[in-house]
Amino acid sequence: MVEEESIRVVHCGGSELNFRRAVFSADSKYIFCVSGDFVKVYSTATEECVHILQGHRNLVTGIQLNPNNHLQLYSCSFDGTIKLWDYLDGILIKTFIVGHKLHALFTLAHAEDSVFVTINKEKPDIFQLVSVKLPKSSSQEVEAKELSFVLDYINQSPKCIAFGNEGEYVAAVRDFYLSVYFFKKKTTSRFTLSSSRNKKHAKNSFTCVACHPKEDCIASGHMDGKIRLWRNFDDDKKYTYTCLHWHHDMVMDLAFSVTGTSLLSGGRECVLVEWRDAAEKNKEFLPRLGSTIEHISVSPAGDLFCTSHSDNKIVVIHRNLDASAVIQGLVKDRSIFTGMMIDPRTKALVLNGKPGHLQFYSLQSDKQLYNLDIIQQEYINDYGLIQIELTKAAFGCYGNWLATVEQRQEKETELELQMKLWMYNKKTQGFVLNTKISMPHDDHITALCFRNAEKSENPTLVTASKDGYFKVWILTDDSDIYKKAVGWTCDFVGSYHKYQATNCCFSEDGSLLAVSFEEIVTIWDSETWELKCTFCQRAGKIRHLCFGRLTCSKYLLGGTEDGILCCWNLLSCALEWSAKLNIRVMESDPYSENIAAVSQSSEGSDLFVFKPSEPRPLYIQKNISREEVQWGVFVPRDVPELFNSEAHQWLNRSQFYFLTKSQSLLTFSTKSPEEKLTPTSKQLLTEESLPTTPFYFILGKHRQQQDEKLNETLENELVQLPLTENIPAVNELLHTPAHVLPSASFLCSMFINSLLLSKETKSAEEIPDDIDMEEEKESDDSGEENDFTEKAQVTNDTGLEEDILHQLSKSEEKELRKLRKVDYSWIAAL
Amino acid sequence: MAGYKPVAIQTYPILGEKITQDTLYWNNYKIHIYGRYSQEPIKTFSRFKDTAYCATFRQDGRLLVAGSEDGGVQLFDISGRAPLRQFEGHTKAVHTVDFTADKYHVVSGADDYTVKLWDIPNSKEILTFKEHSDYVRCGCASKLNPDLFVTGSYDHTVKMFDARTNKSVLSVEHGQPVESVLLFPSGGLLVSSGGRYVKVWDMLKGQLLVSLKNHHKTVTCLCLSSSGQRLLSGSLDRKVKVYSTTSYKVVHSFDYAASILSLALAHEDETIVVGMTNGILSVKHRKSETKKDPLPRRRRPAYRTFIKGKNYMKQRDDILINRPTKKHLELYDRDLKNFRISKALDRVLEPSCVIKTPEVTVSIIKELNRRGVLANALAGRDEKEISRVLNFLIRNLSQPRFAPVLINAAEIIIDIYLPVIGQSPVVDKKFILLQGLVEKEIDYQRELLETLGMMDMLFATMTRQESSSLLEHTSVEFPDKKMTES
Repeated sequence: MVEEESIRVVHCGGSELNFRRAVFSADSKYIFCVSGDFVKVYSTATEECVHILQGHRNLVTGIQLNPNNHLQLYSCSFDGTIKLWDYLDGILIKTFIVGHKLHALFTLAHAEDSVFVTINKEKPDIFQLVSVKLPKSSSQEVEAKELSFVLDYINQSPKCIAFGNEGEYVAAVRDFYLSVYFFKKKTTSRFTLSSSRNKKHAKNSFTCVACHPKEDCIASGHMDGKIRLWRNFDDDKKYTYTCLHWHHDMVMDLAFSVTGTSLLSGGRECVLVEWRDAAEKNKEFLPRLGSTIEHISVSPAGDLFCTSHSDNKIVVIHRNLDASAVIQGLVKDRSIFTGMMIDPRTKALVLNGKPGHLQFYSLQSDKQLYNLDIIQQEYINDYGLIQIELTKAAFGCYGNWLATVEQRQEKETELELQMKLWMYNKKTQGFVLNTKISMPHDDHITALCFRNAEKSENPTLVTASKDGYFKVWILTDDSDIYKKAVGWTCDFVGSYHKYQATNCCFSEDGSLLAVSFEEIVTIWDSETWELKCTFCQRAGKIRHLCFGRLTCSKYLLGGTEDGILCCWNLLSCALEWSAKLNIRVMESDPYSENIAAVSQSSEGSDLFVFKPSEPRPLYIQKNISREEVQWGVFVPRDVPELFNSEAHQWLNRSQFYFLTKSQSLLTFSTKSPEEKLTPTSKQLLTEESLPTTPFYFILGKHRQQQDEKLNETLENELVQLPLTENIPAVNELLHTPAHVLPSASFLCSMFINSLLLSKETKSAEEIPDDIDMEEEKESDDSGEENDFTEKAQVTNDTGLEEDILHQLSKSEEKELRKLRKVDYSWIAAL
Repeated sequence: MAGYKPVAIQTYPILGEKITQDTLYWNNYKIHIYGRYSQEPIKTFSRFKDTAYCATFRQDGRLLVAGSEDGGVQLFDISGRAPLRQFEGHTKAVHTVDFTADKYHVVSGADDYTVKLWDIPNSKEILTFKEHSDYVRCGCASKLNPDLFVTGSYDHTVKMFDARTNKSVLSVEHGQPVESVLLFPSGGLLVSSGGRYVKVWDMLKGQLLVSLKNHHKTVTCLCLSSSGQRLLSGSLDRKVKVYSTTSYKVVHSFDYAASILSLALAHEDETIVVGMTNGILSVKHRKSETKKDPLPRRRRPAYRTFIKGKNYMKQRDDILINRPTKKHLELYDRDLKNFRISKALDRVLEPSCVIKTPEVTVSIIKELNRRGVLANALAGRDEKEISRVLNFLIRNLSQPRFAPVLINAAEIIIDIYLPVIGQSPVVDKKFILLQGLVEKEIDYQRELLETLGMMDMLFATMTRQESSSLLEHTSVEFPDKKMTES
């Protein structure tokens, strides 16, 4: 047994993917996104996470491809470092220590040795854009302290800064100002929205900005949903702008396509809008993307877009506006009402997901398995709209049944409630709606639970409500002449002196039902629905209620609002013990007698693990989180672990996960997070690292064939090359008279060596040249391709002829070089 | 991404009287008149206190006579609603009535064993025959002689009466309780059915001509084709058999889903109508014998083009691509999808939708409210449109299943249209109507609460164990605004 480390609280996946814009690799095969302290590399085709780049010690705030080497990636973080990664191997190449908290990162193609970062210097609210010179050094860690100031008083978000027209200027927006800094002239122009003081236009502050990659054109998004296209902004007086208006709520992000012919915008409407040719009437839509679009990015090859959404999702979209892949993390958009549950079938964590959905999240692989649409209605995302909320859910009968409760309350008296019961269908491997009950109660449902009964018994569900009743629902036969069916009906309605029912809970064997009515706990026989006994502690409303398990099944635990934890003995109907604990979460381990309770105090949250039979806790961990812990759950382990020490034994068969108020998912582990997330150190396949576009198929293949032909001819010529005349050893051997020669055995090795050497030197001469040539060809290829695509789109470009001329000269040059090569070899041969 | 999700239309169970099978089948004290091709009755006579029997048209089709379970015989004008004549005299259910050949008299037979002859002009009873010794369940008047008619009875006899004498002129023994009798148009032949037998009698000689036994259960009804060539008999064995009247052989038979109680042929034998024990009226039309076009104008694609590739087996490397199924959206869903909210609301306020499926209208109102655009959809309507909305509210507001949604809509309407009230008398009238409805509802609720209070007191005084009364009441709370408006 290895030495046991102490148990500590670790983050376990589920971090935000939508914090910053995602970045595509040059060949559009990979997509990079920041995720907490890591950078994740996903494949765009398979949606699989292929690498996790870990090394930053704080939140990663920006990533950019290295413009000089598209196989490298820069990242910056709050820990004040810029790191350079090789993303194919997943290794850290270099670390540049800047020293300031870095908020955003930008790179430019022509500024080779410097990058741009956003820092805040003096006051917390004032941000500056500075350029950092990255010193060339071979060491792993380099200090980069050479900062030069570019722009002041800018917004912290990287969406509000954009570099335009191949890095000629940088545009930044904040509130009602647009500032443009020209690198060549080193001047700053500042534009104010003319109507900013007008009350009617009070909502038109800037939200984001994007620059045209080829022209002098800036697109800015506004709070009121308008997009403004600015031109002629190098002149403070003559500048103009045009408006594009489709969004009815704020524009969250803008992006130009690679060629600049179309502009993409997105917002709260969950619709990606593509504006073609910057015209209001030429627009295309990709609707129903699920939730608010936070970021839009475009691949450098131009064939893919991607949108980051507020529900922690990245959608990869084709050029023709077809969603091709979805990378989904743990949805953390909204508050969690249902609490955390474990699906008995998949062992997945189940909680509120997208609006109206229940998400099934695999903790092992840190990815979402699927979303179950509970509400099944069109989702209209609008500010201030009261949506139907999924408030309660429970699994029952070994995962065969799922009960959900949804509600919508507009006013005090208008409550819409609906309870749905879902049956697991083995054929489709999913849940199918079985029964829909509208208004099961007159007031909010506070708890629902299934009876964990034997397979033969009838499934039973209990709901407790604020209207003072608890209802028992049972599965009945609902067959008619057309089909055989089952449905749920109400079997029993119970109440206790018109108190609000706050909690309900079945004992492990399903024979007893405990329902708490405010301060009183009532115990009911689940066969006859008779009231057996009541417990009352007069210590505030019962907030949590749970039965003990296995050997402790005779105990009932209750946590009250006044901070008392009570344990009652069901055999003697008396209070066994009580303790002063302000309990927020109480969960029982399904595989042991252990019960975990999280208490809340002014310093933080503490964890207590105990058995109901013993008032002394098994394990205490103080201050597990500074925030309030909202939900917790025991997750059974796939493989039980063996901890010998008493304090660790509660982790043997299951693991305790909890969710804090800021929705970070945490757990207890003895291992460090690096060990937990076993990095997939696969060597990624690198091909020519250029996308196989249709042009490549037409032109590239043709060229390849030509190259092969050329090579063949060259080789044919080269075959004749290894001639023996000019090798001194051979000459010596052949031209010296035989009688003066030493013995053949002495000469043999030398002779052969000379032959070998001559061959080696030849090839050593030959090969680097070849490689050079090939590389040149390749770069020429790609250059030509790029040129060609441009030409195809900008046909009436005046620079076209020049381009052709330029290109011709290039190819001529190449031909000449080839000729030179051939000549040289011929000469050599002679 | 996921497609548009249509609005979920909630189905509300209608509370109140339970509809059982009995009420459906036997509480129909009505006569329906169906058109030739209509599915719904085109006219209904419902002035019966009890079950109506044997509705019979006069030969000219302008009068209708029917017997009833309570012993009354009623005569109707086809165009009218109230009975023209009521013949009171029978003490028990009248199962058979018929017009005589002169159109001015009605023959009726009843369960009080009597057969009576009535005069239509002065609605008097002319004659009573008390010769049967059991229920008289069938009868038929001669088409030629206005004074002759036959009746069949459960005493196994068929008797022929002559109105000129006051007793029967002929009596034949059928052998089983007689369920149906029929006279041939010529008047010479009589057909009677009872038990499993259909018997044909020669009226002149008074003797049995043929006895047919083709059914295996009681034959309940008989019918003759208009040409007199075919005789039809319906039976409890769920079959209608067609006989040739020359050979008395079965030439055809129809199968039905339930036992047959009555049977009729329309003029020119175009339609056969059968009433069955399961309460279903089956109407079958004869196929028109139009000749097919020898040359179809346009050649349709051959059958093999439709089945082409249907049974193609997937090979190893093939990728199967299914044609995407197009999802059909309702019109209102299409409007909602494109955010045409007012149009969607207009569409569900069409009379056809409002009357047939008010739950769809309510669901759309609910959906608009959920989207937060109900006020926009209700605003900006002219007199006609707003009165349509108000009509719907007046019709459905008091229904508990719709009340929560519609009260909210009513509040919004009042808020919007309060400034323009008094401009249109039509709308004002509607508002006043709505107000009256609300006041009535409040009174009703108050009464219910009083009753509930009284019952609570009664329960409290009773010292019984199960004291929990599960009576639920829905206290509909109306805002005061509605009371004070207009």
